[in-house]
Amino acid sequence: MMTNTELKNKIENLVNGLNFSGEESDFLCVEVPKEILRELMTTLRDDTELSFDYLFALTGVDFGNELGVVYHLESVKSRKLIQITVKTEDRENPSIDSIHDIFPAAFFNETEAHEFFGIIFNNHPDLKHLFLPENWDKGFPMRKDYTDINMLVR
Amino acid sequence: MILNVFTDIHNLLLGLMSAKVAHITELVLIGVAYLGIFAVLGLFLVWLERRVAGFFQLRLGPNRVGPSGLFQTIADALKLVTKELTGTVKADKQLYKIAPYFVITTALMTMALIPFSHEIQAFDINIGIFFLISVSSIGVLGIFLAGWSSNNKYSLIGGMRTGIQMISYELSVGMAVVTMVVLAGTLQISEIVELQKGGWFIFTGHIPAIIAFMIFMIAGTAESNRVPFDLVEAESELGAGFHTEYSGMRFAYYFLAEFVNMFIIASIAVVLFFGGWLSPFGITDAIPFAGLFWFSVKVIAVIFIFMWFRWTFPRLRIDQLLTLEWKYLLPINMVNIVLMALLVWLGLTF
Amino acid sequence: MEEYLTSKLKTQEYFLNMGPQHPATHGVLRLLLKLDGEIVQNIEMDLGYIHRSIEKMCERDTYKQIIHLTDRLDYLSSHMNNEAVCLLVENALNIEITDRIKVIRTMMSELSRIASHVLWWGVMGMDTGALTSFMYGFREREMINDIFEETCGARLTMNYNVIGGVRYDLQENFVKRVKDFIVHFKKKLPEYDKLLSNNIIFQKRLEGIGYISKEDAIAYGLNGPTARGSGVSCDVRKIHPYSAYDRVDFEEILFTEGDSYARYRVRIREMWESLSILEQLVDKIPDGEHRVKTKAVIKLPVGDYLQRVESARGDFGVYVKSDGQKFPYRLKFRSPGFANLTALNKMTKGLKIADLVAILSTIDVVVPDIDR
Repeated sequence: MMTNTELKNKIENLVNGLNFSGEESDFLCVEVPKEILRELMTTLRDDTELSFDYLFALTGVDFGNELGVVYHLESVKSRKLIQITVKTEDRENPSIDSIHDIFPAAFFNETEAHEFFGIIFNNHPDLKHLFLPENWDKGFPMRKDYTDINMLVR
Repeated sequence: MILNVFTDIHNLLLGLMSAKVAHITELVLIGVAYLGIFAVLGLFLVWLERRVAGFFQLRLGPNRVGPSGLFQTIADALKLVTKELTGTVKADKQLYKIAPYFVITTALMTMALIPFSHEIQAFDINIGIFFLISVSSIGVLGIFLAGWSSNNKYSLIGGMRTGIQMISYELSVGMAVVTMVVLAGTLQISEIVELQKGGWFIFTGHIPAIIAFMIFMIAGTAESNRVPFDLVEAESELGAGFHTEYSGMRFAYYFLAEFVNMFIIASIAVVLFFGGWLSPFGITDAIPFAGLFWFSVKVIAVIFIFMWFRWTFPRLRIDQLLTLEWKYLLPINMVNIVLMALLVWLGLTF
Repeated sequence: MEEYLTSKLKTQEYFLNMGPQHPATHGVLRLLLKLDGEIVQNIEMDLGYIHRSIEKMCERDTYKQIIHLTDRLDYLSSHMNNEAVCLLVENALNIEITDRIKVIRTMMSELSRIASHVLWWGVMGMDTGALTSFMYGFREREMINDIFEETCGARLTMNYNVIGGVRYDLQENFVKRVKDFIVHFKKKLPEYDKLLSNNIIFQKRLEGIGYISKEDAIAYGLNGPTARGSGVSCDVRKIHPYSAYDRVDFEEILFTEGDSYARYRVRIREMWESLSILEQLVDKIPDGEHRVKTKAVIKLPVGDYLQRVESARGDFGVYVKSDGQKFPYRLKFRSPGFANLTALNKMTKGLKIADLVAILSTIDVVVPDIDR
């Protein structure tokens, strides 16, 4: 299995403008500008040597100033794991490209991130309320600045 | 020696009133008696089903109310009688109310032809079997109407499934019966039974009779909407199917009718294949009303097989149900009738 | 002829609301079916009827408190969910746990897996119309639940794992009870096959139904027995061994048919494998501490952590983003059921309502796990 450093070099050669970290930990962390997210994802999936074809998890995260999404991809062949982070600074109207056509598994996960963080996934055909009620209008519950009278605050 | 209860009652009534009035009174009495039998039979079969289910499923079943829980179903029936009759606002009210009576009436009408013993049979018409089949096929209307009038999609799907299923399987039931009628040469129920004094039809008709019996059991299970053909109710798919919106006594009508229908199917099987009320080798012919005992034993044995099906098999899918009927049972049945006719013609029956 | 019929016999499509109260949806899952007669054209899912925002609650809880919430995700594999959080913290802080803890955790996980699969088997029969299997399944489940009750004091939400070990040491009866169970279950598993697996109606109901190819299974993120029915090797116990799984000998069950019956057989065979793991470990429980000492206040260093375990439903993952505090900054439970449910529409399109019920049963959904 290739090490994280090898993996980093390999990806660097394929896609420009990435930010790497966590070479010593279990998985490589990549931070990607949102403009080239789809390019990176397609490359990671289609490259025969990398073949990160399994979207393990898609997590919406509120980074404080930014909103973002953390993707965990795994290669079924080599069982290598990689973490990809994409951020957007716009908290009013955050938008990130949808990857549901690259990884069908992302479809409902993106819907979930949309309703809990308010992230708009471009080209996602069905950003409805999946978990929350249809008529929910009290904001985005998983954001750090969300308040509710029922919430237990520490 | 013979307890001529019926003759005694007849004479008593004749002594009290004119012949015409006595006749009508007798009809009413018989009607009431059959209603009683209907209710008791239904409740007993429900109890039996629950006990058998318990036996199959490592449980006890009802065992608290009365001896072995016998009164449990009576208590349940009392509860159902006292329950409020609810329904949906958008239901087709008249059809919705009428529907259960179709089912219950046809079940009651067919009961009249069941020969409980040599002495007890309310209506021994010369086209008995034919009458039985034709009347029992009206029952499907009740289920169909219930599905339609409830204005509930689950009910509707259940009702539609009933239509498909009952109409298909009626063919097989009818054909299996016809096969046996070829052997018997008569449609009258009492005669069919009498003819079996020399040997039950399942033995005298050997191969085609056994095939006919198997087809009859399969199609009969489908006719009474029981597992593996309970698509009409299919609780894991449709909730409760056609009677989703029924409550209280109206629901109980359907429930009772289902069990009585099972009894009727089992009775026909017993009459056609196992010699009705006749005892094996005529061992108890001299004892009056022994026929009732033998008839009950045989019917309960057949019903037990139906229950065994129910607690063992998974359910078929609708297309598999139709494939089974139209591609397998019906062709086999047709060949079987010809086979039976040949056997009778050549005198190869025992 | 067929063209003529399809042009003349036009049927109207209609919507059927299945759930949230429906016997086949295993809880409060709501499916909006678009039907043509009995044929399913499209499924729209509506979730969240049992959403408790556990992920949000975790952001204000310490790591020790989070363990209690994980019980309430997939209540049938609560032990594995606990283990995931414990392993995450232990790996992050490099807490060395003893062999005894590892073996106990493995055995409890396998018992949970059997209990979960047995319940699934019963419900599988019930969904296809064979009601008796439910009672048979519960007979074996009771035995396991008794073992759990004796060991952890609870039968469902066991909450047995703590960071750095397990809450109580094993009772002296444990080994005997597990051995009794192994003997009993070995006799009963063939009975399961007799009742359901070998039944011709049951096989016809499942064979070729709900097909999903290997490529699709990977793309849709399927996991657990559902994916293994399509031939995707994805057993976390094999690919990223944890606890004592690296020292036991077991097989990863793979079927390549990709239909409902393959998924069914995967789970049946998995019960045999779990039994064999139990057999290998039951006599070799090492001595030692059942709980190692940890710090009173647990703080994870800044960073990203991911821990995966194989729960009864599949690849359960916990992702923690820590900012160095005693609460996680963001915690995500990657639910195996949610991923499996994604492919439901693809599996079911063009099949009948009865098939939908059977497919839903073979992907073994547990709604609290999906809603979180």
